[in-house]
Amino acid sequence: MSLNKDQVRHIANLARLSIADEEFADVAEKLSRIVDFVDQLQAAPTEDVQPMAHPLNQAQRLRPDRITEHNERDAIQENAPDVQDGLYLVPRVIE
Amino acid sequence: MTGPSTALHSQGLAELQQGLLKGAFSSRELVESLLARIESYGEKLNAFISLTAEQAIDAADAADRLRKSNKAGPLNGLPIVHKDLFCTRGVLTTCGSHILHNFVSPYDATVVSRLNSAGAIVLGKTNMDEFAMGSSNETSYFGPVCNPWDESLSPGGSSGGSAAAVAARLVPAATGTDTGGSIRQPAALTGTVGIKPTYGRVSRYGMVAFASSLDQAGVITRSAQDAAMLLREMAGFDERDSTSVEHPVPDYVAALSSTLKGTRIGVVRQHFDEGLDEGCAARVRDALSALESAGAKLVDVDLPNIDLSVPTYYVVAPAECSSNMSRFDGVRFGHRAANADDLLDLYCRSRGEGFGAEVKRRIMTGTYVLSAGYYDAYYLKAQKVRQLISRDFREAFDTVDVIAGPTAPTTAFALGEKTDDPITMYLNDIYTIGANLAGLPGISIPCGFAGDLPVGLQLVGPHFAEDRLLGCAHQYQQLTDWHNRCPERYA
Repeated sequence: MSLNKDQVRHIANLARLSIADEEFADVAEKLSRIVDFVDQLQAAPTEDVQPMAHPLNQAQRLRPDRITEHNERDAIQENAPDVQDGLYLVPRVIE
Repeated sequence: MTGPSTALHSQGLAELQQGLLKGAFSSRELVESLLARIESYGEKLNAFISLTAEQAIDAADAADRLRKSNKAGPLNGLPIVHKDLFCTRGVLTTCGSHILHNFVSPYDATVVSRLNSAGAIVLGKTNMDEFAMGSSNETSYFGPVCNPWDESLSPGGSSGGSAAAVAARLVPAATGTDTGGSIRQPAALTGTVGIKPTYGRVSRYGMVAFASSLDQAGVITRSAQDAAMLLREMAGFDERDSTSVEHPVPDYVAALSSTLKGTRIGVVRQHFDEGLDEGCAARVRDALSALESAGAKLVDVDLPNIDLSVPTYYVVAPAECSSNMSRFDGVRFGHRAANADDLLDLYCRSRGEGFGAEVKRRIMTGTYVLSAGYYDAYYLKAQKVRQLISRDFREAFDTVDVIAGPTAPTTAFALGEKTDDPITMYLNDIYTIGANLAGLPGISIPCGFAGDLPVGLQLVGPHFAEDRLLGCAHQYQQLTDWHNRCPERYA
């Protein structure tokens, strides 16, 4: 396997994903297979090739700095799991 | 009013439009008859996540009134369905995921609002692979979709619900999205037409993002003509999508009457290498011969780096996926884990519980290829190979007008057959991914059967050549009737 357990735990932590203990071996094994598969790119000759960041090789379009959106906080927060006084609630972060 | 001479469900959009205009039936009759059909067959196929029956009937009544006042839009009263990753105001928008199982969108995607303004009526939202990550519709939290040609088989994915609904004649047309083949591959596996336009052609606003440099919205229909009718309304610049392209939209319906005479069709040698099922290869060759007999010229072309398209995609797409999926945090919307110890635990468990196995794999692959020490070796390298693949296409289009070949390596495969090995599943998209990497438009059209199952022919064109693809497809459909075939049980 190209990825060891510690590497997979590190990746899962960076991605903020909890992985159940019983899933772990399968996740590590399949992830290794994917990494092995994409490793074939290493053989491609890419000297002097510009990386492609946009499929039409275009730059980001900018818009005038004008206010176009209006406040829809109430409608948007209807989807929130926990709100109070228009604020999103999360577990305490400062003791 | 007396019943129509041809059953309503067996008609495509263009035919239905004629019937509505002539007063042969009303939008309400049409909508009610399709909703009844969806009720009879929908559950078995599992093609739908939500139905919007009440709103649809109200909208149909409004369309019938509007028709009499001559203020009707170009798609007035015609029923469609949306893939469940287009945001629809006031309606559940799940993306086939547990993490969005309770998400009711506060706004409409541009695709949705444009089709609404044109008068189309939405009957419901279709099942799909979770966040469009899959090629078999088996990664959906709401269960797999069945292929109407044989319910033990997959309809393909990720727009599997849309494809199955159109193939089973539950609706004449459905929207879809295509990041690596998610419109074209299910279209091929279900005997329907699926078009993925040029990157930036159709607005991505309100289309939940998977891989932002690859995603594009399109449609699944029965004919090229019906696809042209919808795309004409969907395409065009949208200031709310920063990657939307300002480029004139031709009249795709008018473009259907083009001719195949003199059209140079590129045939890619690598497309017929090992890996392509013999039956599929034979049907695609038949289709190429038919195009040639109609006056097209077949030209051999080479795409030297195309074999690297799947590995390139499986670096670029997961990388973009990992950043797009970071918005699902259990705080602002969607699933939240119960009794979290602290904020980190809330994030990790909400995401761990909310995402399915394939989405987690892609997030983790993307996190890995973007992480410190690996970025140059994987992500930057893949972006360079993407440039090479794109350049190959550009050079090919110096000598040909379109490229034709198979859409998928096999006909529909059994549900459960490829779920154990992600790589086997990924290789389903070997012929479709190149167009996404290069931002090119592609269409899959039915071109016959291998065994009892439909085979798709894929046409890929240069940027913004949707009119040419639709024209070629329509002309082929004047010579053949594969697109009119329907599974017997659903006729």
